Amino acid sequence: MLSYIGKRLLQLIPVLLGMTFIVFMIIRAIPGNPAQIILGQQATKEAVEALTVKLGLDNPWYIQYFNYLGGILKGDLGESMKTRLPVADEIWPYLAATFELALFAIIIAVIVGINAGIISAWFQNSWFDYTAMILALIGVSMPIFWLGLMGQWMFALELDWLPVTGRDEVRTPVNSITNLYVLDTIMQGRFDQLGVVFKHLILPGLALATIPMAIIARMTRSSMLEVMRSDYIRTARAKGQKMFWVVYKHALKNAIIPVLTIIGLQMGMLLGGAILTETIFAWPGVGRYIYDAIGARDYPVIQSGILIVAFFFVMINLLVDLLYSLIDPRIKYD
Amino acid sequence: MSERKTILQVKDLQTTFFTDSGEIPAVDHIDFHVKEGEILGIVGESGCGKSVTSLSIMGLIPQPPGKIVGGEIVFQENDLLKMTERQMRQIRGNDIAMIFQEPMTSLNPLFTIGNQMLEAILIHEKGWSKKKAKERAIEMLQLVGLPRAEEMLQDYPHQLSGGMRQRVMIAMALVCDPKVLIADEPTTALDVTIQAQILKLMRELNTRLNTAVLLITHDLGVVAETCERVIVMYAGQIIEESPAKQIFDDPQHPYTKGLIQSIPDMRFKKDRLYSIPGSVPKPGSIKQGCRFAARCEFAFDRCIKEDPELYETSDAHQTRCFLYDKEGAEMDDNKTLIESR
Repeated sequence: MLSYIGKRLLQLIPVLLGMTFIVFMIIRAIPGNPAQIILGQQATKEAVEALTVKLGLDNPWYIQYFNYLGGILKGDLGESMKTRLPVADEIWPYLAATFELALFAIIIAVIVGINAGIISAWFQNSWFDYTAMILALIGVSMPIFWLGLMGQWMFALELDWLPVTGRDEVRTPVNSITNLYVLDTIMQGRFDQLGVVFKHLILPGLALATIPMAIIARMTRSSMLEVMRSDYIRTARAKGQKMFWVVYKHALKNAIIPVLTIIGLQMGMLLGGAILTETIFAWPGVGRYIYDAIGARDYPVIQSGILIVAFFFVMINLLVDLLYSLIDPRIKYD
Repeated sequence: MSERKTILQVKDLQTTFFTDSGEIPAVDHIDFHVKEGEILGIVGESGCGKSVTSLSIMGLIPQPPGKIVGGEIVFQENDLLKMTERQMRQIRGNDIAMIFQEPMTSLNPLFTIGNQMLEAILIHEKGWSKKKAKERAIEMLQLVGLPRAEEMLQDYPHQLSGGMRQRVMIAMALVCDPKVLIADEPTTALDVTIQAQILKLMRELNTRLNTAVLLITHDLGVVAETCERVIVMYAGQIIEESPAKQIFDDPQHPYTKGLIQSIPDMRFKKDRLYSIPGSVPKPGSIKQGCRFAARCEFAFDRCIKEDPELYETSDAHQTRCFLYDKEGAEMDDNKTLIESR
């Protein structure tokens, strides 16, 4: 097991290396000089050139790339051209904000999606099955920004149940320690604020959860339908076991592996930050952080931001692979 | 052994599958009974309705598309078909247990043998402690001839061989002391030596625990070795019922004769093994007349026009063939014909 994890972590190196290279080349293919953008349209040619040299952008691309790589190997993600702050420090609050929202969304998606899928398979061709699957189809094809806007209009403006945007109340901001506000408020014992934080999570969380929820529900259903036809399901029923346990014990454990794969991929995607959702709900997440950096041609931020996101994506999928072996004793990683 | 109580009686059972291509009467008006402690064999080719019969008794017909449309299944004076699902759950595994054809896939691959054995016990023995249930599980595993029973509780199904898994299935089925054990092709997926062991085990357990066994098989050899009485099914109907010994000495229905002739016999070297011409008709495809008529070498006019009944030919021997209809006119000629063979 440990040697497998070691091997997988070694495999991470070429993956991330390849990724840095691709991102590096792509962002340099975008027209626009960072120095010009930082200084503005009115800047003199000399000033722009001076800044270009200062930022090291006058070097050939391979020198720039190896400088960047060398930095990463030393654990230095570079510093933002715009703010002159280290990317590693700057990105953390954004990453935490995205992580909190993504986790909230994926928990909703998993709880609702898996149960909807199970019940749909259990009562195949019932009204529940049809309704759930039509909703799931609508869910996957729903434009999230539209859903988010409708949610804001309905629950924030009309009903005034939930806040429109942000992570906390402007007048009583959360005293942040980890930037994970749920954790922060619990650690400080501020349960009144915890409620506020949750209220802020609901709308963007639901908007973000919609597509994963729908995909998970459909995947669970089809996986369950296949498993429910198995001989061991018949054995479990022949023992006199209640249908509930036949479904939730015997069938679910067998059906969950492909669903886990999907959950891992979806969680990875959510961690990359959802630019639309984050924009609509003014959520200070990593998607918007990188998006803004692209607008500013802030090369180090873009490069390192994407590198970190990719790192988490790969790690989550490694975690999912390890989970397989916990669930299925036939899967051995040695 | 004649005066044992009937424990399970199937009366006029009809199980039909409602599919897109029409209604398929997989089990068509069948009657039989199982006595306490008896081993009854049900023999027939695939698709003749044997498995549907057993699943009907267990109340495990996949519904839809299947449905029991008529009849009664009387177990200890109660009609199982009138029971609620909750009542049926009390019966399943507790009073009537079942083992299946595929030991490789009949155990859940993701749970240990111990987990699945204990589950079978604790569903029905509500008051038992885990420790007591574990002891019972070990006892049963030892009873079915698994030597390292205690360690085996920690094993997963994939760590066991097919024969061992079938033994585990049998142990699991018998763990609550059922009155009836339905064994649906329990040896089909196993190789021959293991087959013999499992059959021997089932016979032993039958004598020891006095569990009635309904043994479903396509293999007459299995019947010869194991059963007291045998029912031959063809296209959803019972076509012959007789004591097991008699069916080999005096098979009556042309189909049964064909089945027996197609058993390879080492004593006589034949060039080619006999096989019944044609194949089993799809259930429901023959609307009128004897279902076997098209493949039968003795078929005459009446066979195509009328449905034969089960005719009693001797004590405890019944045959669904006009050749044995004592009131039928053509009987004598054909009987001579059939005997002259």
